[in-house]
Order: sequence, then C-alpha cells, then structure tokens
Amino acid sequence: MRVTTYREALREAMREEMQRDERVIIIGEDIDAYGGTYAVTKGLAEEFGRDRVRDTPLAEGVIAGAAVGAAMSGLRPVAEIMTINFSLLASDQIINTAAKVRYMFGGQTNVPVVFRMPAGGGAQRGAQHSQMLETMYAHVPGLKVVMPATPYDAKGMLKSAIRDEDPVLLIEHELLYGVRGEVPDIGEEYTVPLNRGDIKREGTDVTLVTFSRAVHLCLQAAEELAHEGISAEVVDLRCIRPIDLDLVLDSVKKTNRAVVVEEGWKYYGAGQGIAAMIYEYGFDDLDAPIGHVTGVDAPAPYAKNLEKAAFPTHTDIVAAVKKITPVRSGR
Amino acid sequence: MVIRDLTLAGLNKEQLLNLHYTMLLMRHFEEKAAEGYTLGKIGGFLHLYTGQEAVGSGVNLALEPNDVVISSYREHGHALAKGVDPNALMAELYGRASGVSKGRGGSMHIFSKEHKLFGGYAIVAAQLPIACGYALSAKLLKENFVTVVYFGDGAVDEGAFHEALNLATVWQLPVVFVCENNLYSMGMAVERAWAVSSLEPRAKAYAMDFEQVNGMNALDVFQAAQKAVKRARETSRPTLIEAKTYRFRGHSMADPTAYRSKEEAEQWRQTSDPIVLFENALREAGIANTEDFKKNDDRALQIAAKAVEFADSSPLPDLQSLTEDIMVDPTGAIAWRRPR
Repeated sequence: MRVTTYREALREAMREEMQRDERVIIIGEDIDAYGGTYAVTKGLAEEFGRDRVRDTPLAEGVIAGAAVGAAMSGLRPVAEIMTINFSLLASDQIINTAAKVRYMFGGQTNVPVVFRMPAGGGAQRGAQHSQMLETMYAHVPGLKVVMPATPYDAKGMLKSAIRDEDPVLLIEHELLYGVRGEVPDIGEEYTVPLNRGDIKREGTDVTLVTFSRAVHLCLQAAEELAHEGISAEVVDLRCIRPIDLDLVLDSVKKTNRAVVVEEGWKYYGAGQGIAAMIYEYGFDDLDAPIGHVTGVDAPAPYAKNLEKAAFPTHTDIVAAVKKITPVRSGR
Repeated sequence: MVIRDLTLAGLNKEQLLNLHYTMLLMRHFEEKAAEGYTLGKIGGFLHLYTGQEAVGSGVNLALEPNDVVISSYREHGHALAKGVDPNALMAELYGRASGVSKGRGGSMHIFSKEHKLFGGYAIVAAQLPIACGYALSAKLLKENFVTVVYFGDGAVDEGAFHEALNLATVWQLPVVFVCENNLYSMGMAVERAWAVSSLEPRAKAYAMDFEQVNGMNALDVFQAAQKAVKRARETSRPTLIEAKTYRFRGHSMADPTAYRSKEEAEQWRQTSDPIVLFENALREAGIANTEDFKKNDDRALQIAAKAVEFADSSPLPDLQSLTEDIMVDPTGAIAWRRPR
C-alpha cells in the first residue's frame, strides 16, 4: 500500500486499462493539450498517442453520442465531461441513447461506455458549476451511477467501469481530487465491484447512509459523535445505481436508526429514494424516523458565507443524528 | 442489340431490376403497414417512407454488406434495402416476439445486428453523433467499413447535426451523411425553417464535400452515394448528401397534413413518383419492359403480404421479457440483494 490522491488514482486506472486493452480510448474537452481540466488525464496523450486520447471541440452532445456509437461498435470509450453541469448537454445521448438501446433493440447491442464527470460545490463556482445532479441519472433504468469517495474506490471502480459491458457514469467530486488515501502499489491488480457498498466505519447506534464527498463529512461527524457516546456506522454506498440495499438494511437492523446524508438537494432526490427503500424494506427495524441531511433547497450561491451555509457540514450531521438518537446517560 | 449488355449508371439489368424491386418492396411494405395501422394492429407512431424510396435504395446500392447504416424513425425502407427480413420487420411493427427487436422497439427502433442496420433513433438528429462513433471505431480498429447515416430536413436544424459534421471533418471520419429533404419537418416547411435554401453552405461551413441530388431519381442518388462511399472508404473523409425528395403520406399516420395542399401532394405523386420515373428510364434505355416490372411488383406485393401474415400469426412477447435486456449485467437493476 501507498498513499496517493484521488486524481492520481483515477489516472492510474485509465493508464492500466489502456495498457491492458487497446480498445480503451479517452475523449473529451481539454484532456490533452490543456492537461485535463482537473489534471486527471495529464500525460496520457503523450503515453498512448492522440489517436487514443482525443481532445474534442466543446460539444458535449457529440462527445457523448460518439462515445456511445464507438462503444456500440467495438471500442471501450471513456468520455470525460468537463463537469456534470455540462452533462445536461450530453444527457440526451446518455438517457435517450445509452440507457435505451440495449432494451429497445431487443438485446442485440450493448454500450460499454464510461462517462466521467466531476460534480459538487464548495469552491465558489456559482449556480451553474456546483450541482450534484446524480439523482437525474440514478433515476434512469439502463445506467449505472458510481460515486466513489476515496482514492482506493475511485481507482478500483473506474477499472471495473471500463471493463463493464453497460453504460457507467462515474461521478467524481471537484473537492475530492486532492484527497489522499491508501491505494495498493502499482502492479498490484485490484478492482472494486460496481454493486457493493462499503462500511467505512463500524458503529452500533445509528447508520449514516451516504456517498461521494459526504462520506468524509460523515466520518468526521462519526468521530465527533463518538466523543459524545454515540456510535455511528458509516455506510458508503459507493454506487447509487445499483444500490447495495442489503448492506444498508443489515446496518439498520443493527442500529435501528438511519440518517441519509447527501450534498444534493433534498426533494425528489437520491436521498429520499434511499430513505423510501429503507422504509419499504426495513420499516420494522426502525426505532425513529429517518433523518435526512442535504444541501439547501436553492441554487448554489457565490458568496463564501452563503455557499458555506448552502452545503451540509459535519455539524449538520451531528445535529441530525442527535435528533433521533437518545444520548445514553449514566454510562 | 443484346439487351442484357446495356447498362445505366454502370449497373447491369439484374442490378437495375433489383433496385426496382427494392423500391417496390418498400412501397408495398409501407402500404401494408398503413393498413395494419388502420386496423389497429400497429400502435404508436408509424412514419412511412412512401415517396422516398429512391433515396434509401439508391444509397444502399453503393454499399458493401459490411457497411453500417444508421437511421431515424423513418427507417423501414433503409432496413429493407439493407436486407432485413420483411417478416421480422413487420412483426416488430406489430409488437410481436418475432420482431427484429423482440417487439420492444416498434416502428421507430429497428435494429439488425446481422445486417448492420444499427438502429432507428427517434430523437431527431441524435443518430448523427452516434454514427460518428461508429466511424471512429472503423478508423481506430482498422475495420474498413463506411457508416451511412440518414436523417430528415428537420435534423439539420438541431445542434447535434452541427456538432457531428464538425467532428466528422476535424477527425476525418469515414461517414456519409444523407439528408432526405422531404420539404417538411413534421409540418414545418423547409423554406420557413432554414435560413438558407440548400445544405451546401452548411457543408461548406464544416469544410465537407457536398452533393445535392434529385432524391426521386434512384440512379442520381446511387451515383452520388458511390462517390461519397468511395471517398469515405479510401480517404476517410466525410460527405454530406442532400437528396431532395417528398413524402407522399403524412409525417406519421397520425398526421392529417393540414400544412400542405392536396394538390401539391398529388402533383408530386403524378410527376415525380420515383418508381414510375425509374421504370420510364429503364424502358427508354431499352433495358426492361412492363413485363419485368409486373414481375417485380407481384413479387414485392407477395412478400409484403406474407410479412403481414407472419406478423399477425406471431406470438406476443412473453411478459417476462418486460424487464429483460435492460443491461448486460443482470445485477445492474436498481437494488442489489443478496442471493437468497
């Protein structure tokens, strides 16, 4: 094991898969000459050539459509969409094509494509550059939506995504690229499955169900709660479609309490969907209503103080947990 | 004079009569489909190719079996030309298990892996970027196929058209863009929708070779397609073809065609029917006669009628197939549960 960044881990995943399989190509805006908007693809064009690492015009629709068509005809494209906000321009091809063709063409084709894109706020990038939007894609049958929180998961899941026969959206978080964590040494092959969550911290009193950057907030909150005598279990879903529901339900069976934590908006979103699944399949195990910590129901603001108030913090999570978890006195 | 040695556009009698047959098959198939729709056997949207037969049949004659065709929702004709079984095609329209797409696609989503007819797409212009992807595969995987993508005059107003043409030139993709300009995008007349009256300036804007052809003349279409396909195959360069045509029926079966006069449509049918025009050309060249045409007509009608019989007697899709083939990975469904 060694310590590396989320960004490096993603790059290693692509490098290794490109070495392993000549059909793997990367297309996207500013992935070559610029070095990658978030420097994830830096150096790959030099290493693999400009046939396989292709800068595109600023045209998300054709980036996505060409990636889908290439995937249907034998290549294994990784399409980098500069941010999830711009993916709305690609969403026709993602939702209307990638997610549909296998089904509507009677199983005659499949779309082994990966769409990588950063999401999230917290860097004062304003309303049009700070959205999560994973909910929109997770709603759609035919897509896999993967949201790793650590370098280990990012590398292992991107490798799995590239090898996967179905369309996968790997949604990164702008504030995670610099996060460091343990990753097996180069040459030590591993992958992380796309349908399994991970217990990032074990606990007994309450289950925090979360994904992406919010995992780190939950871990911070769990640490603080531990000082107050509350043992929180952090379930990192890692992928929200498909969702490792058994992992969540088993945890809730143990703790009898759940708080769903996400950065995105509260209503009609992934978090409410997850809560609904817990209610539907694990209602008898619940001793309290499910808590829900989310971003504020407003477009992301620019001003630093406003933005700070717009996104959830570990303090919000601590408060939400305390609301449904009795503090054990007299211990 | 020995008739069998005569050629037109470099095609011999057999090839020419095959082209004639293809157009007639399209015509009769669509008429049978219209009947099926009227009888309530076919649901949803049904966009017929009637009147545009010269385009799909002419282009297809320039293709090798290994070449790829991608189309819009008005794709029955393209599928038939590419060799898709009329029975399986009609069965798809009828929503039957024996349909090309197992009855899950319908009229707008025809796909045949075997015939490299890779989809009818029903989001206008979405198929152009997809075609660029196929062409990219041809280029990078060194497979020498050409990708032809069909679309209507409405598609050229979508952003996807412009993004795709630009990328095709920038990346030098072996693709042929075929616009079937039938003068109306649903009810919107081309002269009301286009800032320019021809596609030529749009092709020029993307430094792309362009050809405008009479889409009612199958041989004109064939010759333009031949050049474009050769260009793609030999030099990996894209082409835009504008085939000027006319759909004799409405946009779909649900269209009462209020936006154009009956006289206008009738005029086109009387003077520009691509099948009649082609027959006249063959007759004038002394290549074929009414008897040849009658033979093709009977055969096409018979095949179309048999397709209806096949479709109508085919079983409905099994209800179990409702959630099949959503993904390759069967664990890709929303919630992963431990095997119990």
